[in-house]
Amino acid sequence: MKKFLKKLFKYRIYLLMLAPAVIYTLVFAYYPMTGIVMAFKKYNYAGGIWGSPWNGFENFRFFFKSGQALKVTRNTVLYNVLFIVCGTAVQVAVAVFLTEIHNKWFKKISQSMMFLPYFISWVIVGVMAFNLFSSDYGFANRIITALGGTKIPFYTTPAAWPMILLFFNIWKGVGYGSVMYLAAIMGVDTSIYEAAAIDGANVFQRIFRVTIPSIMPTMVILFLMNIGGIFRGNFDMFYNLVGNNGLLFDYTDVIDTLAMRALISSNNFGMSAAIGLFQSILCFITVLLANKLVSIYDKDYTLF
Amino acid sequence: MAKSKSHLGKVKVGKDVIVLHTMAYLFCGMISALCLIPFIMIFSGSFSSEAAITANGFSILPQDFTLDAYRNVFREPIVIVRAYATTIILTIVGMIIGLMIQTMTAYVLARRDFEWRNAFSFFFYFTTLFNGGLVPTFILYTRTLNLQDNYLALLLPLLFSVYNLLIMKSYIIGIPDSLIDAAKIDGCGELRTLFQVVMPLIKPALAAVGLFIALAYWNDWYNAMLYIKDETMYPLQYFLYQKVNNIEAYKKLIASGAVSASAVSAISLPTQTLKMALTIVVTGPIILAFPIAQKYFIQGITIGAVKG
Repeated sequence: MKKFLKKLFKYRIYLLMLAPAVIYTLVFAYYPMTGIVMAFKKYNYAGGIWGSPWNGFENFRFFFKSGQALKVTRNTVLYNVLFIVCGTAVQVAVAVFLTEIHNKWFKKISQSMMFLPYFISWVIVGVMAFNLFSSDYGFANRIITALGGTKIPFYTTPAAWPMILLFFNIWKGVGYGSVMYLAAIMGVDTSIYEAAAIDGANVFQRIFRVTIPSIMPTMVILFLMNIGGIFRGNFDMFYNLVGNNGLLFDYTDVIDTLAMRALISSNNFGMSAAIGLFQSILCFITVLLANKLVSIYDKDYTLF
Repeated sequence: MAKSKSHLGKVKVGKDVIVLHTMAYLFCGMISALCLIPFIMIFSGSFSSEAAITANGFSILPQDFTLDAYRNVFREPIVIVRAYATTIILTIVGMIIGLMIQTMTAYVLARRDFEWRNAFSFFFYFTTLFNGGLVPTFILYTRTLNLQDNYLALLLPLLFSVYNLLIMKSYIIGIPDSLIDAAKIDGCGELRTLFQVVMPLIKPALAAVGLFIALAYWNDWYNAMLYIKDETMYPLQYFLYQKVNNIEAYKKLIASGAVSASAVSAISLPTQTLKMALTIVVTGPIILAFPIAQKYFIQGITIGAVKG
């Protein structure tokens, strides 16, 4: 105890410097964790979190019985798999091709253009989606009719949305994602390229036998980190692109949007909390699993 | 494609190189164009006449060039100016306080003579693994802290992030201990060491993290949706969100016959071109700041990619 107090005194300046962040984290991250009890309560405004009566697993039963649990969980996972696989492929392709381009101007301008979408809010992406896919004003339908096809009413066609959402997800992330792979490619030892050239490898062999294997660690790490978030839907994206358009929900509703609607639209605090807890637990397990896999793959990259 | 020759110099060019370069230029060119087109479409839409958009839809080039939409946007300048002021002040205040907290914390966690650094690191890191979720946070802000319709509800949620902390920390760890020790031997206290020795050395990280925080504030609409009901307090993005979604809501009401079209036009239905002009007004500063910011963002991402 005396030793502890001595250290406390020795570190007083450090602790003082940590204080704002520690208090912030306690209030805004740890304190809300106690709120998960709401998932087992019939919330009423007067009682608040602690005063409301318990109702066991009723909130969960409602969530699972309505059939929504399965639907939103499936949608969340499938979208994330689609985003991770296609996103990684495009980002790696961009990074590999950009390194092969030696014209400085083209490289710079092209990279800047790809980075632009990263800087804007999803609200604006929602506007862009409307410009492209609205049935009355949309550019996509303009092209379709110009080519002799019939207009597709995208905003009432659920099956079109996985592609539209995939497009905008890749669109917004390509600049950011490719930067990481570019950095990884820059780190490759150039003598390997020279050796490959001397051995008579053509450029494609060089890419597939040297570049891709060299950035494989980065790819695997980022892939596993993304897998850790596989049960987390990108609320910003789904809410701004799809919004409250119930016609599309079969294909577009994810855990996060359902939880938000339960809270905001139907004021069902208990069910929303149950959905949140369900998601938090799934996320926690997958992150631990992903981290375990990373540590098997390469110990240096584990996060804790 | 002619450009693919420029760098080749004296090396003999094989067919494979030409094929690869063609593919590289085509692919990167195509992706870049796809990234830019939606921006151009908004830009062109904002300079088009409403009639032309209604008749033909959106296009790459402006149709029937006019400044009507911008005139409409600034018909009530106070509304826009207010939303702008809210966002700018939030962004600046949030960035300064956020940077200070993040830097101080990262500095302490990077000190090797601080034996408790791992315990504290885990204390922060754990919050990225598990969280209370939407509802408990919502209740914390609205009931426990009673911050509904309070600017603090827009400022606090984005003030501190573990990801930014990790970027900062991995940068500060790169500073040689001998520098910090020398400062201390010269009689610098921790705070002076941080501000006068460490800060000047981590300028790239400060720029990157500062911009990450600023961008988060500038693009935030989510917290306004949850906590702000008073229209006069809307930040830019949520202001835009409301305008954009009102037009769709009105259209549905007209379609369902609940409201007659004339009644809606009487309350000045926001038009398509108005929406575009508004989007340009809201996005403008980001696009203008973009060329300067991009460099620091790339640095930030690269630092972050090294670890976590």
